[in-house]
Amino acid sequence: MNTRINRRILPWILPIAILSGWYFASRFGLLSARILPPPGAVLQAAIKLTRSGELPHHLAVSAGRAVTGLLIGGGIGFLLGLLTGTFALAEGMLDSTIQMVRTIPNLAMIPLVILWLGIGEEAKIFLIALGVFFPLYLNTYHGIRSIDPGLKEMAQVYGLRGWELFRQVIFPGAMPSVLIGLRFALGTMWLTLIAAEALAAESGIGFMTTSAREFMQTDIVVVGTLIYALLGKGADMLAKGLEHRLLSWNTVYQRA
Amino acid sequence: MNLRMATHGTHLDIRGIRKSFGSAEVLRGIDFEQSPGQFVALVGRSGSGKSTLMRLIAGLDVPSSGRIEANGSTLQGANSTTRIMFQEARLLPWKRVLDNAALGLPRGQRDRALHALEQVGLADRAGDWPGILSGGQKQRVALARALASQPRLLLLDEPLGALDALTRLEMQALIERLWLEQQFSALLVTHDPEEAVALADRVLVIEDGRLINDVRIDLPRPRSRSESAFAAYKDEVLNSVLARNSFMPARAVVRM
Repeated sequence: MNTRINRRILPWILPIAILSGWYFASRFGLLSARILPPPGAVLQAAIKLTRSGELPHHLAVSAGRAVTGLLIGGGIGFLLGLLTGTFALAEGMLDSTIQMVRTIPNLAMIPLVILWLGIGEEAKIFLIALGVFFPLYLNTYHGIRSIDPGLKEMAQVYGLRGWELFRQVIFPGAMPSVLIGLRFALGTMWLTLIAAEALAAESGIGFMTTSAREFMQTDIVVVGTLIYALLGKGADMLAKGLEHRLLSWNTVYQRA
Repeated sequence: MNLRMATHGTHLDIRGIRKSFGSAEVLRGIDFEQSPGQFVALVGRSGSGKSTLMRLIAGLDVPSSGRIEANGSTLQGANSTTRIMFQEARLLPWKRVLDNAALGLPRGQRDRALHALEQVGLADRAGDWPGILSGGQKQRVALARALASQPRLLLLDEPLGALDALTRLEMQALIERLWLEQQFSALLVTHDPEEAVALADRVLVIEDGRLINDVRIDLPRPRSRSESAFAAYKDEVLNSVLARNSFMPARAVVRM
């Protein structure tokens, strides 16, 4: 059989098997609707929630939190990584402290964050920002540090200095590592979002599932969980697309 | 030397150069003068100080004492009329071949880079990423990059050391042809006496941080390697490289 068709079909086999297993287990009463409602019911719940505007609203709120946190925390992490990677003074001042704070899991900060910021939007965004800060910081810093010194020396011979050296050599050289940091950050972003929304919220996918649980609406809980999976997959595809676009020079990323 | 050479190539005057790294003195008083347009080869075993001297002339490092004058003025830092080719091509993998060749050129002079690629026979690869080129092609791009800025002095730090024998011969012929056409001064560091005799007007033998021989190669170009005069020069260079070798019988080292 053609290997290209194989490649297309292969990733779908497992999800389809799980879905049909789920369907038949519900159908023949092996699975109570309390534990896991049949796929049709979940789909209906999703349609109903979409029609009522509830799902789009919560989705927009969650995505807004995720993106805001990513931009703030990721942006600061990226900039500080550039700074400590480029200037020995900044590295000496900042790096050891950041490396120390990094070892605190960001969810362990929840009690303190609630004391500081309450349980409103700021607290959620702060937690997400904190979670995405470290992967971007570490990988940007590491990316700049691991640029081949031979290339920098070559650039020096060709008269590249300051901004030109940064733009043409250091930044593109650090890019593969920065994008790895972004993928890690996206993972942390969803994890933190779920924890933050389960904590206390009046909107968002986390709020939707938490309140559905209180009313034993398992179908809505399943919808919410699947939405997280889809969002995670979407973010991952976005990161992969960026890698493909920005790192097209790298033979490692050149796949047919 | 003819008059045209005198107007383009760098006149290099090196007086009493010493260089120490910590307590190790790598260069112990180097003196030589290279007339404009001359092709000089610097031959020595590894650790003899030849690459260190090259780095000083490139402005990548400063001598502990002594001075280097290029065209009558003392050298300070990297110089836009001096270009260097390293043992590795050191191409920027995130720039296409043409952009690599155009590195350090002012805007509006990119056609020079294309012209240089034509000269090394790689104009048709201008739009490729360096990652898909062979080792020999990469070195040709590095040569084009060096020549695009029309240097007055080209430093060659064992640029052919990592190439296979056939590619090496081709590259030697290419370098000789472009040197004859463009009349820059050339300084080649090599550990291969045959390469030195094939290319240079003059071979300097360096040992333990001192110049121990200065052989003028009085052979017409293009040089035939099978001639007895060629072999005699090669032997002379080889013998002075091996002369000071006190820890190994000469015959055992001939294979290098």
